[in-house]
Formats: sequence, structure tokens, C-alpha cells
Amino acid sequence: MNDTVISAKNLSLTFQTNDGPVHALKDVDLDIKKGEFVSFIGPSGCGKTTFLRCMADLEHPTGGSITVNGVSAKDARKSRAYGYVFQHAGLYPWRTIGGNIRLPLEIMGYSKADMDQRVQRVLDLVELDGFEKKFPWQLSGGMQQRASIARALAFDADILLMDEPFGALDEIVRDHLNEQLLKLWARTNKTIGFVTHSIPEAVYLSTKIVVMSPRPGRISDVIESPLPTERPLDIRDTPEFLEVAHRVREGLRAGHAYDD
Amino acid sequence: MKKSLIPILTVVAALVVIWYGAAVALNMPWAKDQAKRAGTEPGFSELVADTWSQDKPKLPAPHQVVVEIWNTTVVMVAKGRGLSKRSLIYHSWVTLSATGLGFLMGTVLGILLAVGIVYNRVMDMSVMPWVIASQTIPILAIAPMIIVVLNAVGISGLLPKAMISMYLSFFPVVVGMVKGLRSPGVMQLDQMKTWSATRGQQFWRLRLPSSMPYLFASLKVAMAASLVGAIVGELPTGAIAGLGARLLAGSYYGQTIQIWSALIMAAALAAVLVALIGVIQRVVLKRMGMA
Repeated sequence: MNDTVISAKNLSLTFQTNDGPVHALKDVDLDIKKGEFVSFIGPSGCGKTTFLRCMADLEHPTGGSITVNGVSAKDARKSRAYGYVFQHAGLYPWRTIGGNIRLPLEIMGYSKADMDQRVQRVLDLVELDGFEKKFPWQLSGGMQQRASIARALAFDADILLMDEPFGALDEIVRDHLNEQLLKLWARTNKTIGFVTHSIPEAVYLSTKIVVMSPRPGRISDVIESPLPTERPLDIRDTPEFLEVAHRVREGLRAGHAYDD
Repeated sequence: MKKSLIPILTVVAALVVIWYGAAVALNMPWAKDQAKRAGTEPGFSELVADTWSQDKPKLPAPHQVVVEIWNTTVVMVAKGRGLSKRSLIYHSWVTLSATGLGFLMGTVLGILLAVGIVYNRVMDMSVMPWVIASQTIPILAIAPMIIVVLNAVGISGLLPKAMISMYLSFFPVVVGMVKGLRSPGVMQLDQMKTWSATRGQQFWRLRLPSSMPYLFASLKVAMAASLVGAIVGELPTGAIAGLGARLLAGSYYGQTIQIWSALIMAAALAAVLVALIGVIQRVVLKRMGMA
């Protein structure tokens, strides 16, 4: 049985700009297996977000190929194969938290009873039970982001793509959400693609860390994490953790990420 | 509310004072002329009193206008003739109905055009210049033609006037709604795409709700424009009914008090209508969590 969920081969994407072509991605090869937690880390301009957007069919590669669940990224998007979490929660202010989570369900045509039950389930997953009737402005930034994760979890997508979801949050909230995200991943067994520019975050969360470097955007190292699946927050002080973090840092340096 | 009341009353009081002063200055020559013909030599205070009580003053004093409005509204109603042709209520109602219908038609037309512009590339490239060109034609020039042409095909009464109102009021709605329907950011549109939402779902669930603040701002302008359109539409019809007819009849017969009372009535009407939209706006946006 083939358990590869996302597969990129020689993937390239060149943006034509007024200052000439920009190679956002060049000859990227990567396989993501079912149930993996894959982080993409690198300096800005390394194409990590572009790569994630290619998986989501929000950008269109100019070379190579990418498949999601064995089909093209476009077909995967049409069959609602993934949930996507953006950097900003992007909740609709005119809808309650429950209403926001219902939004994709309404679009996908779930029945009312099914929707109610799913909303309860995902609110419970992100520990927001009791907030269904609240409006987004009544919630803190971290809670809003949790609601947006709940929204991405509400429908039956096996893949969760997250583009710096905690980038705008402070470190304390971020730690808490990282811990929650790991628990959630363990409970749902989803395949997660996670873009970040924080080394500790990447190492703490991932089973596989993809280090990327800019100009042109490419993969400079892929690290299979030796850390156990069970990860309390203080695992970040262990030698194993520091070793992986060190290797990530080396990978970033090798990619000339610190040149300028 | 209490805080804004004092400044507003201060401004109104200042305007009334300026108005009385202007009435003295403008009506004084006539008062002096009359005194000269009669061979009397009135004192200054008598002259001032005269400038505030002439039958056909160049500028009627505020209290003359108030009395005229009172006599043509409340007194008429008391006599049971609230809807007679001499009643300002009747004329206001005529104008109001044309304004309301024109406003509704203009709003619908404006929203439809905006949706077309946002969703159809050909319309996006072609419609806006025409919309702008339509507003550069003086409404005073085009209004009689609309009335005449529609009359020729057997349409008269409310509809031609409402069409002129619509002509003025659809414009701010188009401009505001195009901006409003395009207000969702790239991220929100991408998000809809990740759920593979249809264009209809994208419109009803994202674009339309996002455009509400823009819509209400446009509606306020459109409402005022509608009223102007209705009044202008009443001018070329031979001054039968409506505030525009009162203005025209007043100017034919030099009835300045009647002109001013119609003007004040039109201004009050506009203020009430715009305030009404303001109230609806506050309620709706508050419920939508956008205010």
C-alpha cells in the first residue's frame, strides 16, 4: 500500500515580475507520508509558503509536478482534501464562532444535524466549548486562531495545511497552542504541513523538518526527527532536542540564509 | 446625544440671527421705497419691523416661513384638508413617493451594475466610463426629455419622476458597491477557494456581507440625490404637484415665502430620510459586528 499523501517532483515556480523572473521554487522534490507532521522552515523568500500554496492549488507551478492523495492539486482541492489555516484567523465578524465553523460546512452542503454535531466536536478539540455563540471580537487572538483551526478541522479532510498559524501570537500563547496542536494531531491522526520561521517550534512539533533556502527557493535539508511522539513542553531542554535544533540551524546556514 | 445638542442649537441660533440680519439688509430698499411713496418717514425700528413682515420679501424672515409652513400643514390638517392641493403635506407626499420609488429603483440598478462589474470582465472594462459619463450630463437638461419621451409612450405621473430620481441615485450605489464587493482581501478569497466554494456562495457569504458598510454610506448619498431628482422632475411637468411644483409656482408669482417654506420642507425631508438610513445602518452593522 502506498501511503504517500503529498508528492512533489522537480517542482518549480517562477513569478514574472517587473524586475525579471523570481524563482520562488526550483526543482523541489519531497514526499509526505500519511500521518506525518512536516514543518517547513527557512528565511523569508525561501518559498516555504509558496510550496504550501502549491499543495493547496492556490499557486500554480511552472514546472515539475505535484500530487495530493494521488491526484492533481486542483482535483484534491475540488474534492476538499485539505483544511487550510492562514496566518490570520480570518473569522467573519458577522458570524459567531459556531457560525464561522459552520461556514465551510454550509458551503459543502452538510446537513443541519451533522453540522451541529461537528461544531461541538471541533470546539471540544480546540478547547473552545461554550464559545459557540460568541462573536470573534469577544475572543483573544489565540482563541480566534484556535477557532480558525477548528474550522479547518470541521470537515473530513485528512490533510491540514498551516501557514505560520501562530506567527502573530506572543510566545506564551504560542507554547500553549503548540502543545494543543500536538495533542490534536495525536487524536485526529491527520497529515499536517506546517510553515514556520521558528526553529524551536519546528523541532518541537514535527516528525520531519524541511529546511529551505532562498534565491532560488529550494530544499537544503530534510531532517527525520528522532524525538518520541509523546512530547511534553520541557522536551525542549533535552540534548536530543538541542541536537536537532542545531542541525536545523546548520541547514539554514548552509543555505546561505544568513548571508544578507 | 446631550453633548451634541448644545453645539447644534448654537449653530442653529447663529444661522437664525444671520438670517434675520440678511432679511433686514435685503428687504430694506423696498421698505424705504414704500415709505417714500406713502410720504411717511418711519424710524429705524419701524423699518426693521417692516422688513420682517412684507408680503413678497426678497428674503422672508424665519418666522414668516415658520408661519407659512404651520398654516399649510398643521392648520390644514386641523381643518380636515390635510391632503388638499394647498397643503404642503400633500406636496411633500407627492415628492416623497417619487423619491422613495426612485431610490429603490436606483439602489437595485446600482447593486445589479456593481455585481456585473465585479463578476464580468467585459462589464468591468466597459460600464464604469458610461456610468460616470451619465452623471456629467446636467439632470436639468435631461429631465424634461425623460418626461416628454415617457409621456409620449403613455407613461406619466409617478414613474417618470422616479426615473429621474433613479438616474441620480444609482451612481453612488454603483461606486460604493463595486468598492464594497471588492473589499474582501486576497486571504479571504483564497480561503473560499480552499473550500472550493462556488461563485454564488462566495457572493452571498463573503462579498455581500463585506460590502454592507459601503452600501450604507452610498445609500445616504443616494437618498439625498433621489430627493433632488424628484424635485427636478417636478419642474418641467407644468408644476402640478410636489415640492418642485411649489418652488416653480412660487417663483412664477413671486411668492418667496412659499418658495422658502418648500425649500425648508425639502431639507427637513432629506434630513429625516438620511437619518432613517443612519438608524438602519447602525442596527444592521451592530448586529453584523461591524460597527
